[in-house]
This record gives sequence, structure tokens and C-alpha cells, in this order.
Amino acid sequence: MNSSENILEIRELRTSFFTDEGEVKAVDGVSFELPRGKTIGIVGESGSGKSITALSILNLLAKPGEIKGGEIRFKGENILTYSEKQMREIRGNDISMIFQEPMTSLNPVYTVGQQIMESIRIHQGLNKREAKLKAIEMLKLVGIPSPEKRVDQYPFELSGGMRQRVMIAIALSCNPDMLIADEPTTALDVTIQAQILDLIRELQNKLNMSVMMITHDLGVVAETCDYVAVMYAGQVVEFSDVRTLFKNPRHPYTVGLLNSLPRHDIEQEKLKPINGTVPSPHNMPKGCRFAPRCPFATELCRESLPELVADENNNQIRCWIYSDEWDGDPEVNVHDSEERTAKG
Amino acid sequence: MTAKKELLKVEGLKQYFPIKGGFFGRTVNHVKAVDDISFTVYEGETVSIVGESGCGKSTTGRAILRLDEPTEGVVSFEGKDLTELSRKEMRAMRKDLQIIFQDPYASINPRQIVSAVIEEAMDIQNAVPKKDRRKRIEDLLQTVGLQKFQADRYPHEFSGGQRQRIGIARALSVDPKLIICDEAVSALDVSIQAQVLNLLEELQEEFGLTYLFISHDLGVVRHISDRIIVMYLGKIVEIGDKHSLFDNPKHPYTKALLSAIPVPDPDHKKDRITLRGDVPSPINPPEGCRFHTRCPFATDKCKTDVPELRTVDIMKDGHQAACHYIEEIESGEHKAKDYSAEAIVGKGQEV
Repeated sequence: MNSSENILEIRELRTSFFTDEGEVKAVDGVSFELPRGKTIGIVGESGSGKSITALSILNLLAKPGEIKGGEIRFKGENILTYSEKQMREIRGNDISMIFQEPMTSLNPVYTVGQQIMESIRIHQGLNKREAKLKAIEMLKLVGIPSPEKRVDQYPFELSGGMRQRVMIAIALSCNPDMLIADEPTTALDVTIQAQILDLIRELQNKLNMSVMMITHDLGVVAETCDYVAVMYAGQVVEFSDVRTLFKNPRHPYTVGLLNSLPRHDIEQEKLKPINGTVPSPHNMPKGCRFAPRCPFATELCRESLPELVADENNNQIRCWIYSDEWDGDPEVNVHDSEERTAKG
Repeated sequence: MTAKKELLKVEGLKQYFPIKGGFFGRTVNHVKAVDDISFTVYEGETVSIVGESGCGKSTTGRAILRLDEPTEGVVSFEGKDLTELSRKEMRAMRKDLQIIFQDPYASINPRQIVSAVIEEAMDIQNAVPKKDRRKRIEDLLQTVGLQKFQADRYPHEFSGGQRQRIGIARALSVDPKLIICDEAVSALDVSIQAQVLNLLEELQEEFGLTYLFISHDLGVVRHISDRIIVMYLGKIVEIGDKHSLFDNPKHPYTKALLSAIPVPDPDHKKDRITLRGDVPSPINPPEGCRFHTRCPFATDKCKTDVPELRTVDIMKDGHQAACHYIEEIESGEHKAKDYSAEAIVGKGQEV
């Protein structure tokens, strides 16, 4: 795929935290790409490295975090080589981010308007009056009623859903090409979540933005994303278009996640959880990170780490089962874990 | 089916929290967190209370256990009115009624080893003779899927899912009849959540437990419940058997709630009812039907008359909803107003 179609390409990104107990490889060789105007979902459970990947893109990591290697190409340029000054130009102008907690991301002692105006004035050099008009326009865009009045209110005067709308207004005020949304609806109730997801989608179409949606909710992914990267223990284990991922998941972890999910829309018998827990970041398995919990794991899986391999449709998988070296049952069916566990 | 035995009966439960204010710190108003709700839980079943933040579901759970003293109403457990008991009698009662909380990080004392955490419950309830307690603790840990030797470890040595298992072991230690699970699996990742849900189901079978399950996650609720109560702003809007309620929701709020949940299937047809605005403040809840400010079917009648829970022919197995227009909406006679133009424009919560 040539790079002009992709607004973002991440190659072998590695981010570590240097703690007293040693190095924690929070992101360990993450690669994926995001085509222009599309939405990619990054899914994974706590500690899978999805938020750290996002913070690495904007170089917002706090000590003791450090990007150790890899490439982050935004519109073809490796922004990892940028200076702090150049990054400041990128943030807000080209790539914006919204966070999970609209309560803690807003400053409680400034009005909503002042907070939107701050980024407009820094990045677009408008004067106070123009910036305020722009702020009102943004509030209107994100569906806040009586924006002329709201612009002078403080965050505590708004509900959770309204605050998240304000966050989106701030993020979009400088017309970024890309929006990173880190669990934007996790703290919200479902009826409000539905409103916010609709709003993000609507604005994406209107402004022709690319969106990176970080979430643990597979329902949100199915509903909003074009592509999905599934992360586990700091690595991408599967990447594909959204339909393939849900209709034909290939990685045993993806299958396990889907089987663990209690559904409200269909009747299910017993849930099939994934056994065990996520490995400690201080003590990662030597081979495939998922091997200790995988019902199909063999000697090979436990000994060496598989590569992320792409097929002709650019669907990518990090699993030995799909390689020529696979030493287990050649007929193995990853959708049939129960039988397998019983046998094993 | 054998005759069901009533285990817990809640009648006319109200929980108002006073708001202090003004110059002399007087009570200026009340938060009507739970406002006149009634329901029954039968032995051996799982009843879930669902709803969004602020609907009063957790308050209901706490009021039943008298962790907060209810303002009004009767809570009878095996025919005994819990609200009449003295504090001491109530404490003894809690042997039969246990609770598991949402946050496994906050609900266990970090300075106690696991065996002490579990033993304290038995000690307070004088449940098991002292000399047998160690054995009991080890058995319990194995029952909830932990190892014997972990009894002497501190909570920080466990993961979130394991800590929730400790919370479950603590609740089980006194041999309760009813366990209130207040968002017991909400803080867990899905793969771990599924493990804990399966564990809860196994324990129910093994010990004949009854669960009152409080959750905002309708997927979890559909999976674990027999019957479901939907709450909105301190009131029950719909109550019914799981199958009837999920297949055939009758209250416009239940319908909207179900339609708002993202489905993990990209081919799923979205037929979403997007609600306008936010939940109003429970300090001055709307008159009439509390949902009328957001309901696409609301009429003038809804603004003044409070709808009672009732059932109509099409609803099975004790399924009831509190809406004036169940039949008319069903027959298509009463149509939703089209808010699509202003759909995303909501009314902010004015406090």
C-alpha cells in the first residue's frame, strides 16, 4: 500500500517504562496503518498498551516512559524525529486527542469558552473576540444547546455527556486531520454514549477526518470502525477490516474475547472465558505472549514469538497456527476451543 | 414449576437524601434517589436491577441492607421486616444477606492478609467455630478458584479478578441466602468478567443462592438473570421475565436503552432510538412520568399523570411496564415524534 493513502503508519513502535523493578515494555513492536478518512479501532484489555500507543503518537509520555524505537509516519513524515517545537505544531493542528474522563480533562477554574479559545488562539492566532465567536461556533457544531450561554459556563455546570462534547469541540477547533479518541465513551451511560458516537461519526464525515478509536468495548468497535487492531500484552496480535474480524476472527485471543462477551442481543448458553490472567509486564512469556492462556499452544508457541504476518488482503495475524512451521494439529479449528481444552 | 417462595419483598421503598444548605445548614431539599418502588425476589432466582447512573439501583441495594437507612417503606426478608430491627438485630441478619461491591481494590482492606479478611466476616457473625475457620477459609478459596496457600497473602499480590474472588469468598463465608452484587463484575476486563460470571452461576447452583444483581451492563444482565427490573430516576419503569423483557420491551425507555447498546456485529441493523438530552436531576424530578422529558412518545398526559406499573395481554410472565401508552404504541396508533433534526441537541442537566 503506498503511503499517500495512509494518513498514519506505525512501524515496530517500542515504548518502555523504566521503573525501579526494571524495564516494562508497555508497547513492544506495534505496527499498523490508518487509511485517510477511515476509523481504526484499537482494542484490548487493561494493560495491553493501547493508550500508551496513542500517547506515543503525540509524544505525550511522562517520565519514566520513553519511546525506544520504531517509526510513526504521519502523512509520510516520521514524527518521532521531530523536535518538541515541531510536535507542538502537530498537536491540536494536525492530530487531536480526546480522553476518557471528561471530568478530569477539563480545567475546573476556567470557563468552557476560555478552554476552547486557548487552543484556537495558540494555533490559529485569532484575537480574543474572533476566538470567542469560533468557540461558540464549535459548541454549536458539537450539539450543545444555547452555545452563547454555555460558552461562559464552568465545567461543573455541565453534565458528563456535555463535557465530553466540549472536549470534542476543543479537539476539533483547529480542524485536525486526525482524531485520537481514547475510550471517549467509557465513562458515559449508554444512551449518552450513543449520542457521542453518533456525533463523532457525523463530524468525521463532515470534516473528513481520520479517527483512531481506542476502546475495550467490542460493540463500539463493530459500530464505528473500518479497521481493527487487537492488542495483547503490548503487541498487535490481529489486524483486519472490521467485518473480517467479527465474522472470521483468527487469533485465539480474538476468538476468546468474542466468546467471553455477554451479549444483550442474543441468547447465550454458558460464557467461554479465557483461562488465566494477563502476564505481568515484568515477566513476559518467552514465546507467544498469549501462549500461557491459549488452548492451542504448543512447544513452538511457548518457545518462540511469532511475527505479525500480512496476507494478500493486508489482514495481519501474529500466530504460529497460520504459519508453515506450525507443529500442532494441522486441522486445528480456533473456533472450537472447548473440545480442544477437554482434550488437552 | 413448584410454588416459588418469597425471600425478599420490598414495598414502597423510598430513599431521600437531604441536601443541607442555606445560612443555618438546614435541609433545603432532598435528592429523591429511590422513590416508592416495590418488588419481590424469590428463593433461588437471580433478579437484576438495571439503569443508568443516578437511577437509584445501588441505593436500592444499600437500602435493603440498611447500609443507608431507608426513608420509608418495608423490606421484608423471609417475612421479617428489616426496617423494624434494631442495629444489633440487623447486624445478625446480615449473616443471611451479603453484598459484593464493584471495586475489588477498595472493598478489601489492603493491610490484612486474605485469611484475616475472610475470617473477620465469620468472626462478626460468629459463623464457624474458631478452630474450624482455617479449614473453612482454605475450602472457600478453592471454591472460588484460588489456591490454599494464597490465604496468607496480601490483597496487592492479587489481580483485579482474583480480588473479586476474595470478595466473593468473604460473602460466602457466613453462608448467606441472598447476595447483593453491586456492579460486581463492572471493573473487570471481559475475559476475566466471564470467569467471574461463570463462577457466580456455579456457586448459585452449589449453594442454592439467591442474587440481587445490580448492573448497568445489559449484556451481563441478560446472561445472568431470571428476572429484570429497569429503573429510571428512582422509579421502576419496567419489570419482567428476562425473555419477555428482552424480546418484547414495552416501556419506551427500555426500548431506547436496549437500542443504544452497541452490538458486536458489524452486520447488525441499527435501529437506534436516540434519546434527547440527559437524565434530569433527581432533586426536582419531572412531574408525571419521569421519562417524559426525553420520551419520543410523550403527550400532555405524561406531563401530569404518573403512570403505574401494569400489564397488558401481550406481556407474559408477570411482565409489567409503567407507561400510559403501551397498547397504542404497540398497535402503531401512537407514533413517536420525529426529533431527528434536533436529535443531538440535548438539554443540559440544570442543577
